[in-house]
Amino acid sequence: MTADTVTTGGIRTVRRSPTRTGRARLAVTDGSSLFWRIAAPLLALAGLLVFWQLAVDLGGVDPKTLPSPVRVATSGWTARDLLVEAAGATLQITLSGLLVAVAASIVTATLLSFIAPLRQTLLPLLIAAQSVPIIVLAPLFIIWFGFDAGPKIVLVGIVSMLPLTISMLHGLLSADPDAAALMRSMGASKWRIFLSLRVPTALPGAITGLRIMTSFIVVAAIFSEYVGARSGLGIFMQTQKNLYRTDLVFSAVVVSIAIGLTLFALTYVLEWLLLPWERRRKAAQR
Amino acid sequence: MTRRLVEANGLAKTFSSRLGDKHVLSDITLHVDEGEFVSVIGPSGSGKSTLFSILAEQLAPTAGEIRFHGDAPRGTPFSAYMPQKDLLMPWLTVEDNAGLGLVLSGTRRREARRRIGDLLSTFRLEGTAKAYPFELSGGMRQRVALLRTVVQDRPLLLLDEPFGALDYLTRTELQLWLAELCSEEGLSVLLITHDVPEALFLSDRVYVLSNRPATVQMVLEQPAPRPRGLSYLESEQFTHDERRLLDELTESGRRAAR
Repeated sequence: MTADTVTTGGIRTVRRSPTRTGRARLAVTDGSSLFWRIAAPLLALAGLLVFWQLAVDLGGVDPKTLPSPVRVATSGWTARDLLVEAAGATLQITLSGLLVAVAASIVTATLLSFIAPLRQTLLPLLIAAQSVPIIVLAPLFIIWFGFDAGPKIVLVGIVSMLPLTISMLHGLLSADPDAAALMRSMGASKWRIFLSLRVPTALPGAITGLRIMTSFIVVAAIFSEYVGARSGLGIFMQTQKNLYRTDLVFSAVVVSIAIGLTLFALTYVLEWLLLPWERRRKAAQR
Repeated sequence: MTRRLVEANGLAKTFSSRLGDKHVLSDITLHVDEGEFVSVIGPSGSGKSTLFSILAEQLAPTAGEIRFHGDAPRGTPFSAYMPQKDLLMPWLTVEDNAGLGLVLSGTRRREARRRIGDLLSTFRLEGTAKAYPFELSGGMRQRVALLRTVVQDRPLLLLDEPFGALDYLTRTELQLWLAELCSEEGLSVLLITHDVPEALFLSDRVYVLSNRPATVQMVLEQPAPRPRGLSYLESEQFTHDERRLLDELTESGRRAAR
């Protein structure tokens, strides 16, 4: 059912929310049909690749210094078995780390949303922990917990969880207190209000937090391999760099970008599944 | 004989803080009989919302008491309230928003949806069961909020300026409809408003609050039978009462300025 058929049923009024109409207008002036939103960045990318190829070909750059896109592609294809194996290992760390980060965020944000003193003491520590570079933490984790995948996964999770934790916590706390009072008057317990009010309020922000996380969690996984792993894109890049195979380093970069973009796109699928009301609202604005 | 449903005796409320005491209500006595429509009207900042919260049992009075059927209220809440904001949850459909009170107090979702489905046409919400709040007009949103309040089946309905945010025509239309609904269903309602015609048009009795700290400054009985049609707006009774009320309210405004 669309907004039109609903409004014709009853009394029409002027829409009250100025932000809603404002946003709708913005979407219109963007003129961004789905086609252009996908085509525009692709065209830009194609232009960049052509420029890069021409610069390398015409400028006579040593391929060890800067390989051309074509060379990156062909070398990558030749080494595809190695690349797939490495990508598989990295993907495993990435996805497990993602799960750890999501689980840790849910637990942390829930606890902190219920217990204010904990919020004041733990949140600054959490932020401080995020400021420790993974490159320093990783060797320590290896020393403390060994070479297995487990410590690396935990490390990737801890390092990447902050955006999600913060956005979740913020969402949980920003639920309308009047709505909470109303639900209490209807007989809802604190926990019920958490589930029926706070969680749905937090969902849109949490998905944004997750989206931010996907943009760097692959990098975190690659870094975690630098200090010790049998295979993975990080190991692969390091090896190829030592062999002066710059082209293969670039191939690995392309693969890691592809993984990151795929995860990023998946957050939109998740949003579509979890927020049916937002789905309808965006459809109505188009 | 009508029975006394809810009465408030000598309610007072003082908020204490480091900055000192803030006396909001000093002495409020009022009552609602079964099936009655009662309005409380007062200037802005006169403590209407505080009174509302006390009647909704969200806030304890500093002094005075509330009686329900002549006794102190025990455990089960006697009122359902509709706040100024419609507070519809954007993630719930109309039927689930309207059934929220039922579900939160333990009714099964399916049963709640069935009961809401039966009432949608009474609330002029046919065909909107699966719609989300953003798809509704302002008037429809208020009717969903009202349905959510009524369906809880509590003895007293508390309405806090339910139509304050609507445009004039929509507001009038909703007032006419509410008047009919309340008479047909025999609802007991306490309405808080600062809209003088609204109070006069809908109520059996109007309590006028003074400026802060609020007392009941005047009680106005409205004997004309309900529901009233638009013609009531040009009756002598209405225009006379409207003038008296405005007089009273603006005078209390002057007193505050002094």
